[in-house]
Amino acid sequence: MDRVILHSDLNSFYASVECLYNPDIRDKPVAVCGSQSTRHGIVLARNLIAKKFGVKTGDTVREAIDKCPCLVVVPPDYERYLRFSVLARDVYKRYTDLVEMFGIDECWLDVTESTRLFGSGEKIAHEIRNTIKEELGITVSVGVSFNKIFAKLGSDIKKPDAVTVIDRENYKNKVWKLPVQDLLYVGKSTCRKLYNIGIYTIGDLACAPVKLLSRHLGKWGETLWLFANGYDETPVQKTDNQPIIKSIGNSFTTPRDLQNNEDVKILLFVLSDSVAERLRRHNLRGRTVQISIRDSELMTIERQAPMENYTYTSLEIARKAYEIFLKSWDWHKNIRLLGVRVTDLITADTGIQLSLIDENRRVKRELLEKSIDSIRARFGHYSVQRALLLLDNRLNANPAEDHVIHPVCYFR
Amino acid sequence: MRKVFVDVVVKFTKDGQKIPLTVIWEDGKRFQIDKVTDVRRAASLKVGGQGMRYRCRINGKETFLWLEDDRWFVEAK
Ligand SMILES: [Mg+2]
Repeated sequence: MDRVILHSDLNSFYASVECLYNPDIRDKPVAVCGSQSTRHGIVLARNLIAKKFGVKTGDTVREAIDKCPCLVVVPPDYERYLRFSVLARDVYKRYTDLVEMFGIDECWLDVTESTRLFGSGEKIAHEIRNTIKEELGITVSVGVSFNKIFAKLGSDIKKPDAVTVIDRENYKNKVWKLPVQDLLYVGKSTCRKLYNIGIYTIGDLACAPVKLLSRHLGKWGETLWLFANGYDETPVQKTDNQPIIKSIGNSFTTPRDLQNNEDVKILLFVLSDSVAERLRRHNLRGRTVQISIRDSELMTIERQAPMENYTYTSLEIARKAYEIFLKSWDWHKNIRLLGVRVTDLITADTGIQLSLIDENRRVKRELLEKSIDSIRARFGHYSVQRALLLLDNRLNANPAEDHVIHPVCYFR
Repeated sequence: MRKVFVDVVVKFTKDGQKIPLTVIWEDGKRFQIDKVTDVRRAASLKVGGQGMRYRCRINGKETFLWLEDDRWFVEAK
């Protein structure tokens, strides 16, 4: 029996969430634009109206506004997007536990076994589409097929708020006429190579001799040929325990250039404080601390080092960050921007290696910092502060958020 | 329509449910909730929000009350 695979894609995800929360901009062209540190934002997502003006993901804000002068530009709210991403997955999990995330807004679902309980893949897809619309107030497009590759293509064929079925009867009609670059992992350079041998559509690729493909693309050529013919058998993998966030970091362009170690120490504590707070909020611990330093001439360096243990306390992060800093900066120039980032993340309740000597102190520190979180949640960020930060109030900002969310890899 | 956050008196039951009892309006007026007839996750497209939606009967009239994160809101005229 064929598998029944769904691929569900939250349409114009960031922009849709912003439009949900702000009805006044819903009928206007909207772009969510990011970037705190570089001062040159780019478009992370745009709604359908902005799309009609030709605004694309990846455009600079300047380009986007040139194309669409009435564009509404809003900053991203990653906390909220993550919350919606989780809510969408909760809906999927009503139908199957085999849910694999692909980035923050896409998931594959294997509903093969669930069809006995809930009806056909198409029926499940429509139920999901309606539920997401009602419960989350945003839309999805869903592709239904017998493999992951075609399911993903399907979710792209009709959107927003639509279901496309690609089965053994219609796949040649629906899939083969699509341009070859629509296929997962056919990027610019692969596409160029395929064009060179006269392959423009997925159908061209499917019907090409495998030998020709492997001659020009190596092993990869064979894989793409399998994809194009619907022979992909990659299973849907549960991605429950893998944090979707790969790193949490903050950076801050300083109101005045930093000139000495004491300045830097203050700012590193401010940054570490908010990084740690967000680690705790997302139930994560990290092990590697990375700092970035941009000097007054805008040259940037990045340095990193591992900590002894996975942690979410700001004290440990700040100490490590300062230690890295002292090793990597000789004050040949003043500093314009500092960043702290924690990578190598695991979910906080994963078992960790306990240290024999330090254990009590670590637990105390964690409890202390968690109490600070709840005080701040009730009375505001500035209600509890480190004494160190009183040395220079201008450096004591609540830094802007800056998650990095990478799509996970297809092959594991 | 406006999104209006309101104070709510809530009963936390021993099996973990939250039942809103009284809504306190912006001007301090209190409205007794006679019955909660439905609870489900829902979005409010009208005022822009999303959370657990309580369908409440107040003085014989149906009203939706949302719990969004830790705050309650209603769709107000
Ligand atoms: Mg999407």
